[in-house]
Amino acid sequence: MTTEREVLQLLEEVTDPEIPVLNVVEMGIVRAVSVGAEGDVEVTITPTYSGCPAMRTIEEDIAEVLKESGIHDFRVKTLLAPPWTTDWLTDGAREKLRQTGIAPPEGRSADKNLLMGKVRAIACPRCGSAHTTMVSQFGSTACKSLYKCDDCMEPFDYFKCI
Amino acid sequence: MTPQELQVGLYRLADNGLILGQRLSAWCGHGPALEEDIALTNTALDYLGQATLVLKQAAAQEGLGRDEDDLAFLRDSRQYHNLLICELPNGDYGFTIARQYLFSAWYRLFLEKLSTVSDEFMAGFAAKALKEVRYHHQHASDWVLRMGDGTAESHTRIQQAVDDLWAYTGEFFECDATDAALVEAGCWVNSGLIKSAWEKEVGELLETATLVVPAGTWFQTGGRAGRHTEHMGPLLAEMQYLQRTYPGAKW
Repeated sequence: MTTEREVLQLLEEVTDPEIPVLNVVEMGIVRAVSVGAEGDVEVTITPTYSGCPAMRTIEEDIAEVLKESGIHDFRVKTLLAPPWTTDWLTDGAREKLRQTGIAPPEGRSADKNLLMGKVRAIACPRCGSAHTTMVSQFGSTACKSLYKCDDCMEPFDYFKCI
Repeated sequence: MTPQELQVGLYRLADNGLILGQRLSAWCGHGPALEEDIALTNTALDYLGQATLVLKQAAAQEGLGRDEDDLAFLRDSRQYHNLLICELPNGDYGFTIARQYLFSAWYRLFLEKLSTVSDEFMAGFAAKALKEVRYHHQHASDWVLRMGDGTAESHTRIQQAVDDLWAYTGEFFECDATDAALVEAGCWVNSGLIKSAWEKEVGELLETATLVVPAGTWFQTGGRAGRHTEHMGPLLAEMQYLQRTYPGAKW
């Protein structure tokens, strides 16, 4: 019978269609995996943003990965509480974001200053400079803001803190 | 609280996002700058996502075999319970931003309170939506300041927008018998209780933006009870076109 750890390993093959370098486990989208007495698998996921168009694809991809591994008795449950936060991104995920040219979230979501416009310096993921300017609070996807580096002049995405 | 009252409560929560999301979507490709185009469509996406979550819950609790898409696209005008302010046409960018500001300042306070109620779905939804609405509120606040304290033209336009919208803000704070029954059951907020916090915040921001708080004390009402403005019919005709013309069409 499949163990919970094995299911989690399978789920690491499922990536976010909008940020393909990250898998759904290191993003904190997968909240729980349980295997019942009959070998039935339940995967609990939580949406990043309410309207994130990637969620449906992620759900389908999870189903596909499980089926390919011969797991047919499963269900994927969506949970809203506690709400997803960027605090759940693993350190490995943050480093992967940086290497892809996306600045990882700075600080903790509980830091209210981040929401009051007093944004701390976001380091450029390309040259590391702290001289950067926010171009727009909203970027290419719901989870990102648009920045530019004032030193290397490159524009970049910032994975915003929620 | 009856199941009917809960259904109306869920519609009141879902339909603001659904209808305002529909309005904001119309800015796609028409924003004054690319970044603003992206900001408003991102906001619309958040609203539609929130509406989907709530309508899914409404469909489940009603138990008639309908899903969230049926509820979004196959109700008639009188069965929508959004605030009237959400259905008003977009106007110019000043009008759209003034509405975003007045609405999100209220919605944020409402969700903060809703996140503390005992009902698991309502509190969970509110905590989730709040994270998104804080960003919408910040974005709209920035623009009210910029336009109010900007050029003579931008100042005139945003002041006019605030004046025109003011009569639609009274509806934010209504608490009728349905709301009261929901509050009693631990799944709703008496919005009247956040009125002073809203007035304080809006008053301060408008002042900083060199704008005048309108003196009007007469407020339009009806949307939350299903009685809409003349703008709702054309909005629904466009929004529901596909599902009405090709029933059951799937993406």
